Amino acid sequence: MRDILFCGAGFVLAMVALGLIRILRGPAAADRMMAAQLLGTGGIAVLLLAAGGGLAAAVDVALTLALLAAFAAVAFVKSGTPPKLDKSPTGEKG
Amino acid sequence: MSIAVALNILTIVAVSGGAFFFLAGTVGLLRFPDTLTRLHALTKADNVGLGLIMIGLLPRVAWPFDALKLIVVWVLVLVASAVSSQLIGRKLWRGGDGS
Amino acid sequence: MTIGVGFSIALGLLILAVAVFTIGTRDSFAAVVAFVVYGLLLSLGWMNLYCPDVALTEAAVGGGVTGALLLNACARVRSEKTSDFKKSPRWIGRGMAGLLCLALSSGLVAVVILLPNPAPTLAPEATRSLSATGLGNPVTAVLMAYRALDTMLEKVVLLLALVGVWSLASDRFWGGRATFGHLPEPDRPLIFLTRVLAPVGIIAGIYLFWVGADAPGGAFAGGAILSAIWILVFFAGLSVVPAVGSLGLRIVLSVGIIIFLAAGVAGISMAAGFLAYPAGFAKPIIVVIEVAMTLSIGATLGLLVAGPPGESLKP
Repeated sequence: MRDILFCGAGFVLAMVALGLIRILRGPAAADRMMAAQLLGTGGIAVLLLAAGGGLAAAVDVALTLALLAAFAAVAFVKSGTPPKLDKSPTGEKG
Repeated sequence: MSIAVALNILTIVAVSGGAFFFLAGTVGLLRFPDTLTRLHALTKADNVGLGLIMIGLLPRVAWPFDALKLIVVWVLVLVASAVSSQLIGRKLWRGGDGS
Repeated sequence: MTIGVGFSIALGLLILAVAVFTIGTRDSFAAVVAFVVYGLLLSLGWMNLYCPDVALTEAAVGGGVTGALLLNACARVRSEKTSDFKKSPRWIGRGMAGLLCLALSSGLVAVVILLPNPAPTLAPEATRSLSATGLGNPVTAVLMAYRALDTMLEKVVLLLALVGVWSLASDRFWGGRATFGHLPEPDRPLIFLTRVLAPVGIIAGIYLFWVGADAPGGAFAGGAILSAIWILVFFAGLSVVPAVGSLGLRIVLSVGIIIFLAAGVAGISMAAGFLAYPAGFAKPIIVVIEVAMTLSIGATLGLLVAGPPGESLKP
């Protein structure tokens, strides 16, 4: 059973790698922001399937990964464009 | 057929289904022409794949607390993916797309 | 070659590829995104090496907090509009950097490969003395009991880094609030996400800190998650960055080190020496120190990302 799960982990890792090639190559910033989502779902899947330190510890790390992938996605979106556009009500650059 | 064998079969079937959805999501990510469509493929397919994999792993974790933690992680990933795909999509749609 | 070894090799190659991309790309935003990806993949690598504590801290700090820090730096640099950043180092500079990296990597690889088998380790002694500390997790015992001095000095370094970041402000803004380089516009989906994530994140941070006594976790991982939630609240505009000069903030920042020092000095009179714990009281003292440290670490990391005080957002 362990070997089957490792195969699954390897497969999902290959999918994440292929996705990363496409995402990191994407010419626009919006393409790259999707990296947080890809890692958030695919990375957690790989983590749980490979379950190196025992599945109990892996669930805790998965919780951390989930929270931080969400946080990273928000950080990317908030910083993806140059801070000055005509959308903001004042002209601050901070 | 004992419970253990049935649970093992559930694990294998669910994990295979999850892997298939990940494959579908990645194929969509690679082949779709536009950033918005790629975002769609990534968010929907990968989340379903993760959900199936978690269902497959539920029989293998200690019950009840670890299984509850696993479900909490899944719900968290769902909510976070939904909102962040919204945020990215809206940023694209409004054309605030820097490069 | 078993499947496990194959998986480890594949993961290692992926991490390497992402690292090469991070260094090689021209776009700074892409480099930061790749760096965050690298951090999250590295935490997977640590799990593969059976180190859940390191994996937790790597995900929290390397993936989240450092990524936000670098993104802020990127945004500020981009708004500066200086042309100096277009110049790249010349070939001799790059060659020297490459040679140094190669030497360092070869040294590390040589050390690992040439280790005697079985490698010399203090792990048996560390686990043997666990019952005296009352803890179940040997990593926490090393951090808080055997090498508590190192842990305390790390926190001092963290605080010094924060002071360094604050010192970048110009004189007229000293004591004011930090800005993020962009305005938090009222943003419905983000506010919803924060309202969902914040309670879960706070509980997760406290849970990880508490469970660190017997399972992977600890003050640093818990504090890093708390800081990520705090930064998220800033992003959503639901709260204002506290002013640098406020006394309450300064107390929260330094309470970890103050309590650590107090416990250390008390150890001189009540036990064997500085930072020694009296027998039987080790675990309660460690818990008190860790509570204070989690608060301080959370506040410090959050403020590190917030940056130096700058112009106020309202005209």
